[in-house]
Amino acid sequence: MKLRANALIGGVLVAAMLAMAIAAALWTPYDPLAIDLASKLKAPSTGHWWGTDEFGRDVLSRAMAGAATSGLIAAVTVLLAVALGITIGVVAGFLRGGVDRTLMAVNDALLAFPGILLAMGMMVVLGASRWGVVFALGLAYAPTVARVVRGAVLSLREKEYVEASRMIGNGEWTTMRRHVLPHCIAPVAVLATSMFGWVLLAESALSFLGLGVAPPAPTWGNMLSGARPYLQSAVWLGVAPGLCIALTLLGINLLGDALRDRLDPRMVR
Amino acid sequence: MKRDLTIVPGAPLLEVHGLTLVAPARGLTLVDDLSFGIAAGEFLAVVGESGSGKTLAARAVLGLLPPGVERRAGRIVLDTQDLTQASPAQLRAQRGARIGMVFQEPMVSLNPALTIGAQMDEGLCLHTRLSGAQRRERCLAMLERIQIRDPARCLKAYPHEFSGGMRQRIMLASVMLLAPRLLIADEPTTALDTLTQREVLDLMVELAREQGTAVLLITHNLGLVARYAQRALVMEKGRVVEQGTTRQVLFAPRSDYTRSLVDALPRRSAEPVATPGGPALLEVRGLRVTYPGPRKGLFGRHAPQRALDGVDLALRAGETVAVVGGSGSGKTTLGRAMLRLAASDAGEIRFRGEDVRRAAPAALHGFRLACQLVFQDPYSSLDPRQRVGAIIEEPLRLLGDLDAAARRTRADAMLAEVGLAGFGARFPHELSGGQRQRVAIARALVRRPALVVADEPVSALDMTIQAQVLRLLKALQRQHGFACLFISHDLAAVEQIADRVVVMQAGRIVEEGSRDRVFDAPQHDYTRALLAATPAFAATGEAEVPAS
Repeated sequence: MKLRANALIGGVLVAAMLAMAIAAALWTPYDPLAIDLASKLKAPSTGHWWGTDEFGRDVLSRAMAGAATSGLIAAVTVLLAVALGITIGVVAGFLRGGVDRTLMAVNDALLAFPGILLAMGMMVVLGASRWGVVFALGLAYAPTVARVVRGAVLSLREKEYVEASRMIGNGEWTTMRRHVLPHCIAPVAVLATSMFGWVLLAESALSFLGLGVAPPAPTWGNMLSGARPYLQSAVWLGVAPGLCIALTLLGINLLGDALRDRLDPRMVR
Repeated sequence: MKRDLTIVPGAPLLEVHGLTLVAPARGLTLVDDLSFGIAAGEFLAVVGESGSGKTLAARAVLGLLPPGVERRAGRIVLDTQDLTQASPAQLRAQRGARIGMVFQEPMVSLNPALTIGAQMDEGLCLHTRLSGAQRRERCLAMLERIQIRDPARCLKAYPHEFSGGMRQRIMLASVMLLAPRLLIADEPTTALDTLTQREVLDLMVELAREQGTAVLLITHNLGLVARYAQRALVMEKGRVVEQGTTRQVLFAPRSDYTRSLVDALPRRSAEPVATPGGPALLEVRGLRVTYPGPRKGLFGRHAPQRALDGVDLALRAGETVAVVGGSGSGKTTLGRAMLRLAASDAGEIRFRGEDVRRAAPAALHGFRLACQLVFQDPYSSLDPRQRVGAIIEEPLRLLGDLDAAARRTRADAMLAEVGLAGFGARFPHELSGGQRQRVAIARALVRRPALVVADEPVSALDMTIQAQVLRLLKALQRQHGFACLFISHDLAAVEQIADRVVVMQAGRIVEEGSRDRVFDAPQHDYTRALLAATPAFAATGEAEVPAS
């Protein structure tokens, strides 16, 4: 029962975030980019529900537009990192030997850099754009996934049911797909949900450094970093994107846990 | 002064009264109103299958219940002191000093990061006031007593340098070093092979006799009970079903449950062994398998170790050939090398006359379809994410000429044959050990293989379940006529199921012959030693039973 409640809360939070993002494509209360210096740094009121920022732009409209940008970037980045990581991890773990050593040497070299530094380096080459962010962060976070997957594959491939699959006559790749890969989902699901949070924040850091989504286009990350000078005078500037990020992460984590349990037949009652 | 006349002379060392253990979260009563006593120096065996509560009862004596299990009622009195009223500190003073415990798994019950000396010293350090030199002397004397070669070196060695049997002896030595009044041994030899099992238990009995220690042996092996125990207590589902002298419990059981346990003991079947003629189905000649041995020094080369050395063996259709031997004899390697699951470096493996040892993996398809393996541990050989039906259907997917519905029908028929009709939608974790092993057997047989290699298929199962699985395997063989290579260290099971027996020692076959010949007139010394170490007893009452 507890599990269902968690999944429900997670689902509601994620659905709210998606609703915000989709609504933003159709309608926002104000133009998120329209500058209105006459009403700058206004506290939340009936006119501007979440207040206005230092240029008089409506915070709610910007948060809605940001949901679309940030959510899309984070989701695609995580998918990219997971896809890359699983491929590398499975190949390394299953083939072992020289392939494993080579792949893991490169992987460890990448892991030695902080992800954000790696992404910055790549952004310099790729140029600042939202797909640049996706690509750079995806590559930067893939090694972590690869490590986790390889470890799981290495322990799974020694299981007797993997040997039993070979004994039946299944080829190596069939064995891999049917009996090893599905068991990697649980650790990857957990990792992917926390990675969603890292990416949201990393994207804001990149934007802050001028390497991410170029201003004035809003993302939750650059709204949060833009609110920093006004944290004491205009709290709502930081609270709005901060709450959006926190609640979305909470929702995704809860959903991720529920998903993991759902995928494990031993957890289903 | 009034005396309670029910107490046997020389009042019991340990008395357990109405012990009830519950798991409140799961609403289970695990041990129900258990009462027994042990006199000083007595050897009591607690017999039961998994889930009977025998281990929990022993742990309750030590005050070491796993989380989630509580004692609801009962008294545990050791030498007039009620342990249930003792504070944790008082209990700690009892553990080791007065109650010693030996666990099942010698591979994990010694700390791999500490030397043997440090681990033996720990107990002495806690419970005695001896000086360092005196403690060392005691350890050395004890190691000498258990006949460890070079005790001084042993003190400085780490657990991984010893075999399982040696570790269990060292464990026993370090427990007995404190001369406890009571030794609790929880399946101490289940993980060991027959010969080592006998050595360890003989040693345990000797040490206990010397020190006047009472022994509480927890076991599922009735043969061990017959050989060592004076009294036996049979538990089923948390309750005592029978209690008495070993002779009475084993040879004149009063309860149906005890009788079913005794009946489940493997025994030679009356029917004559199969002696099929004709060409060999699978034949190996001069098979050799080498493993890289331990590295000598930092830069040394691996000295290769021969796991199999020039093995010749032929299997014919429809016969069961048992391969027996101690651990490290190469019997498992032989099974795996024959199926090409392990690489071999010399010799021939001929399947229906064709050499499969050198065949490329792609050319092995037909061989794979015709040969199957049943693994030892049914808990790890089934994919936990697959339903039983899918597990059994999987081998059929490779046949090609069956559609989904036909596969389904055949899998269901196979399930019915192993007595699990209607279990297709369940997951492995929802089944018991015996049911899982039936699933594993169904998976191996669903494609009607010509050969099945069964690697210790029943040694992870309870006694009554073992008997069922062995009977099932035999019945299926009679019906489908596959050849079976039955690998086991349990000679009793082998005697029940085998037509021909092959005895292996150190990678070589030392004896081979029909079942009756090998069991009745063993030729090789090793075979004789194995047979002598096998704790079997004839239900007629012929076996040696210690006087009670």
